[in-house]
Amino acid sequence: MKVKNQLKMQLQAKSANESFARASIGAFVAQLDPTIEEISDIKTAVSEAVTNCIIHAYKNFSGEIYITVKIFENNKVKIVIRDKGCGIDDVNKAMQPLYTTGGEERAGLGFAVMQSFCDKIRVISKIGKGTTVTLFKEIKSK
Amino acid sequence: MECKLKMENDILTAELDGEIDHHCAKSIREQIDLEIEIQNPKTLILDFSDITFMDSSGIGLIMGRYKKIKQTGGKVKIKNPSPNTYRVLKLAGMDRLAKIEREEF
Ligand SMILES: Nc1ncnc2c1ncn2[C@@H]1O[C@H](COP(=O)(O)OP(=O)(O)OP(=O)(O)O)[C@@H](O)[C@H]1O
Ligand SMILES: [Mg+2]
Repeated sequence: MKVKNQLKMQLQAKSANESFARASIGAFVAQLDPTIEEISDIKTAVSEAVTNCIIHAYKNFSGEIYITVKIFENNKVKIVIRDKGCGIDDVNKAMQPLYTTGGEERAGLGFAVMQSFCDKIRVISKIGKGTTVTLFKEIKSK
Repeated sequence: MECKLKMENDILTAELDGEIDHHCAKSIREQIDLEIEIQNPKTLILDFSDITFMDSSGIGLIMGRYKKIKQTGGKVKIKNPSPNTYRVLKLAGMDRLAKIEREEF
């Protein structure tokens, strides 16, 4: 499928950038004329992935978050969120609802939210190298 | 993000405003916890009427306050979440821990 439009950005892993990341990606996807619900799904899933880079991947050192958004001609959106942080030892375990290494104030539901609000997600990770989360979502409206 | 706290008849109401994410959750948490410790309310109402966005950091925030107030026998209510926030709350099973009061849309 042909790419209709593309956005690339690189952000410092700072919590102040969480709202910028989801708002700007939401605005970029808005060209597909999505419903309020579809935009909200995308913003929520992006917020989860970006927050994970900040809280978990770069827990012990600072770094950058690399984001690519591709809009295809069939109204499908692919969002890749990559970090060069600590990596995940066991991805299947990490993706289980309620699993968290983040302590008391974390619910362990970020991956569950991404899965529920997107059509498909893919997580690839390597200890010491980093993690790539890919979100797939078709904009069905209109 | 704003968090206005009001205490009336054993009920502590936190009127929240804006977007709840990891960036602002810490400050909201500290404000609410301090007030719970001082006032010892029986009920904590989280008023979500003006919340425009929430992700799982908001779930962590609610669960943490639920655990804290439960220690003294108190309970949590969530008032007027938007349809999108409500979907996150439902996914997390928050309706089993807290009463969710919704206005008609
Ligand atoms: N980018 C990442 N780099 C390293 N570890 C990660 C990354 N993303 C997730 N993890 C690991 O996977 C676990 C589960 O992530 P998930 O987002 O589901 O829950 P959480 O972040 O712990 O809590 P919540 O998202 O509910 O606040 C995390 O606790 C962490 O151990
Ligand atoms: Mg998370």
